[in-house]
Amino acid sequence: MTSALKPRHKRLILLAVALGALAVATALVLSAFKNNLVFFITPTQVLSGDAPRGRIVRIGGLVESGSLRRQPDGVTVGFVVTDLANKVRVSYRGILPDLFKEGKGVVAQGKLDGAGVFVAEQVLAKHDENYMPPEASYAVREGSRLAQKDKP
Amino acid sequence: MMPELGHLALILALCLACLQGFLPLAGSLGAGTPGRGASNLRWVALARPAAAGQAAFVTLAFAILVHAFVVNDFSVAYVAGNSNTALPLVYRVTATWGGHEGSLLLWVQVLALWTVAVAAFSRRLPDEVVARVLSVLGLVSIGFLCFMLFTSDPFDRTLPAPADGRDLNPLLQDVGMIVHPPLLYMGYVGFSVAFAFAIAALVGGKLDAAWARWARPWTLVAWTFLTLGIFLGSFWAYYELGWGGWWFWDAVENASFMPWLVGTALVHSLAVTEKRGLFRNWTVLLAILAFSLSLLGTFLVRSGVLTSVHAFASDPRRGLFILVFLAFVIGGSLLLYAWRAPAIGAAPGARFSLFSRESLLLLNNVLMLVAAATVLLGTLYPLFLDALGWGKISVGPPYFDTVFVPLMLPVLLFIAVGPFAAWKHAQAAQVARRLRPAALLTAAAGIAAALLAHATPAVALGLVLAAWTLLATLQHLVQHRRGQSAAWWGMIVAHAGVGIFVAGVTLVKGTEAADDVSLRVGATAHAGDYAFRFVSLDKADGTNYVGARATFEVTKDGAPVATLYPEKRFYTVQQMPTTEAAIDRGFLRDLYVSLGERTPDGAWIVRVQHKPFMGWVWGGALIIASGGLLAALDRRYRARRATAAVPVVTTTVESSA
Repeated sequence: MTSALKPRHKRLILLAVALGALAVATALVLSAFKNNLVFFITPTQVLSGDAPRGRIVRIGGLVESGSLRRQPDGVTVGFVVTDLANKVRVSYRGILPDLFKEGKGVVAQGKLDGAGVFVAEQVLAKHDENYMPPEASYAVREGSRLAQKDKP
Repeated sequence: MMPELGHLALILALCLACLQGFLPLAGSLGAGTPGRGASNLRWVALARPAAAGQAAFVTLAFAILVHAFVVNDFSVAYVAGNSNTALPLVYRVTATWGGHEGSLLLWVQVLALWTVAVAAFSRRLPDEVVARVLSVLGLVSIGFLCFMLFTSDPFDRTLPAPADGRDLNPLLQDVGMIVHPPLLYMGYVGFSVAFAFAIAALVGGKLDAAWARWARPWTLVAWTFLTLGIFLGSFWAYYELGWGGWWFWDAVENASFMPWLVGTALVHSLAVTEKRGLFRNWTVLLAILAFSLSLLGTFLVRSGVLTSVHAFASDPRRGLFILVFLAFVIGGSLLLYAWRAPAIGAAPGARFSLFSRESLLLLNNVLMLVAAATVLLGTLYPLFLDALGWGKISVGPPYFDTVFVPLMLPVLLFIAVGPFAAWKHAQAAQVARRLRPAALLTAAAGIAAALLAHATPAVALGLVLAAWTLLATLQHLVQHRRGQSAAWWGMIVAHAGVGIFVAGVTLVKGTEAADDVSLRVGATAHAGDYAFRFVSLDKADGTNYVGARATFEVTKDGAPVATLYPEKRFYTVQQMPTTEAAIDRGFLRDLYVSLGERTPDGAWIVRVQHKPFMGWVWGGALIIASGGLLAALDRRYRARRATAAVPVVTTTVESSA
């Protein structure tokens, strides 16, 4: 019976249980990290083929003015995200967030399909009108630097 | 003139906080020194008046800031940034804590309330313990007051004053704003009392069952407030954000959830320390961790570091102050812990065997702590990568779901077993035999769920664990209810709440239905067995917004169920549209309609949702919180000094080895 165990052994067993729980948690964390970390890429990186295919990623930038199109079903929309250097077409089925606007910053999460269209499962705009999603402003900053450099 | 008075009140509060933070502590340390007794006693006796004075000045400053909002004093930069003449009065008052500076002041105000409460309800504690506890609370207050005065003064003027303010973020113009932040802060800040007791024990080198009995009710009340605060935040997001989500594993939510997890561990560990004199070091460490995570949470949410690491850098003084303050509090208390913890170690000979209530509670502690660590990792990892320039990533709900849920499965398996296991040494076979009725009923419920309701394996597993928690808790209640204390009833209620909560989460996550459609007036959308007919659209303007209100008639098999009025608003000052969802709440299901945008051809994008058992999630959370409150009201925490000082631990010397 367990009561026959020496306290030292008991402490060892408890320690082993705690370490075991920690090991299981670490394994869970590592595998979850491997499968669920969402990387952020800019439209320029998408065009240069840096985007991992078949994996969920985030892209960000500005919604190009005049690019918003609505499919006949009324719920599917298409728009273009630009970092001022390059553009990516995005398609999304669902309700756009309240603060989604042409010419404003946006972040979309989803996958690239075979035709180079980014199929978004989630479109994010933040809680405040003045505030640009940080990832979107980063993409635009990088993109405009690139566009500056390309000029003769 | 008034804002300058407020500023002055904060400075005076800081002076009194310094008195409260240093002198009583110093006095309590020298209390035993012969020849200096009189002056030491005077210093110790300073704790209560200094605390009361500090609280008075903080309250005065807070009242002045509220007043500035009420009278629309836009010469105060903070008021101009967060209010507007068109804002209704009640939201002008709540706008006081709508931004960074004001929520810091709320934090200090709540700390002052807790401090006064400790000063008032600690008459039966030894004077030097009270002095130390109030001193530690004073030191924490010094940190916050300095942060406010040197980097984030809510009373800063902006001259010339703008004609009107920039208004409160429309999402914050809601009843939720009145209650959610104060309740959440009552929880966050409440852990500072547990922290102060822990530091006092480390300083004094004495930690016994009486200590645990003093610290327990404070911790329970703080934990109850935190539970309520998190619940309200989630409840608010559910109807205000407009899309039917209620937990996003968002960094702001995680910031409040981590102290809750560690606080839950602390509440259980305190039980062992009180009843058996064990886990003393561990309890102290948990108290330090819970408060450290509360501080981290406050700063994560309020420093702007979450919206962007660059916001953090835009005011380097703030960032530096926060890092130094966190390092000082966390590092300092852990150093003190490393130095003094051996002095408060376990009572000699107090042992427990591998299967006992102690070991089950230890298991609870380990799992809660590991869960908190995984949440911390997922929350901070993207921030670190970004700050170091190693790339931009996000860690979303899938990470938290895959890590958190498996860690909670053993918690749910053992939560109801704990009360059946005896202290010190329990017979596994006997506990299993006693739990047989609950186990049989649970198995029957599981089979019924799988066969009759065609539940998926995940839903069936969730329901089985929920039923197990509920049934075993119920069995314990029926068999042991006679002559039990309020603490025992609190445990039963909270555990039952967990069962109800888990059932709700499982069913809403596993069986909800939603559809996004483009609808014209007169058309119908479907979710689950319900039909939502778009009947009409009307104008509905408010004082600071223009809006449209739709009317939806919901029917099931042709029979009318409810009429819902979702709204779309446009707030004119901030030029911001918002979605006001309409919800028909029921015992078994919520019906949820929200208006998206209007398309150029005159139709509306509409989301209709059927969310089964959503109310059980809220009900479960409320029941859990009321369990905490019930436990805190136990009579033995209000016993007189004479009984509180009896060393209980001496009766547990015999060992099972």
